[in-house]
Amino acid sequence: MRLKFLFPILVFAGLLAFFFIGLGHDPSLVPSPLIDRPAPEFDLPPLEAGAEGLKTADFMGRVTLVNFFASWCLPCKAEHPLLIQLQKEGRVRVVGINYKDKPEEARRWLAEEGNPYDRIGVDPSGRVAIDWGVYGLPESYLVDQKGRIRWKHVGVLMPDDWQEDFLPRIERLDP
Amino acid sequence: MRSLLIALLLFTAVPTLAVEPDEILADPALEARAREIGKELRCLVCQNQSIDDSDADLARDLRVLIRERLKAGDSDEAVMAFVVDRYGDYVLLKPPLKPATYPLWLGPLAIFGIALLVAFLYLHQRRRTALEPTPLSPDEERRIRELMDRHR
Repeated sequence: MRLKFLFPILVFAGLLAFFFIGLGHDPSLVPSPLIDRPAPEFDLPPLEAGAEGLKTADFMGRVTLVNFFASWCLPCKAEHPLLIQLQKEGRVRVVGINYKDKPEEARRWLAEEGNPYDRIGVDPSGRVAIDWGVYGLPESYLVDQKGRIRWKHVGVLMPDDWQEDFLPRIERLDP
Repeated sequence: MRSLLIALLLFTAVPTLAVEPDEILADPALEARAREIGKELRCLVCQNQSIDDSDADLARDLRVLIRERLKAGDSDEAVMAFVVDRYGDYVLLKPPLKPATYPLWLGPLAIFGIALLVAFLYLHQRRRTALEPTPLSPDEERRIRELMDRHR
């Protein structure tokens, strides 16, 4: 008899736990199967004539932050100051992949806002981005010295994300 | 008559696809396969639509990509694997059955099982109480006897 009285309470507690966990997740964040796998093979042309483009082999030897950006992407503007700061700090190498953009607009944007990228590859068709599993700009990836993807961040990169998700991993990769 | 016509039209209406004419392959068999694959893949930008239903740029890119792979001779499975490799199981509108998805597939069955068990226990208990009627009081016995005597 006492058990029967407990039953609805248990069911309710179960539902509460279920919703508590479920509603705490952001459903727009899709787990990437590429974490801990080698970065996709690619070889992209540069944004500026005469500069170097970006290819898979460039990741060898240094921990790299790969940032997918476009001049039409408003949230990209929000993370831009952080990228510039990261480039100044020099803890990692910052490179960019310019996604489905008009080159002259991308150039103008970087001239106005500053260029945080050590190298830029231009991906006008978005095919390389698909290989990386990109589904919404901006996206940032941490790639280790051996060219493996170690972390992926979807959306605006905020200082907190950098502190909590990127720095500890960088410390482990490159103490 | 008009309402019948409206009902008929509503029933025969098909959902519009976002697949654009310039994407469609010349080979109808290949196009049909591309449609089947497109229906099974989630558009990651607008997550509850398939890439065939979605107008998002990325969905279009993926549709074109699927058709390219098919034209290159890939099997349906290979094309699916190509997309899953990049975006994970999450892109599959029908998730595969594997340990990580057991709760998803078996959860409803488990809940149904619990419901059956609860219903069984409840009905069982009710029937037991129903089968054991409380005996009549001497007063009630007397009234029944009176009634039966009167109608004999």
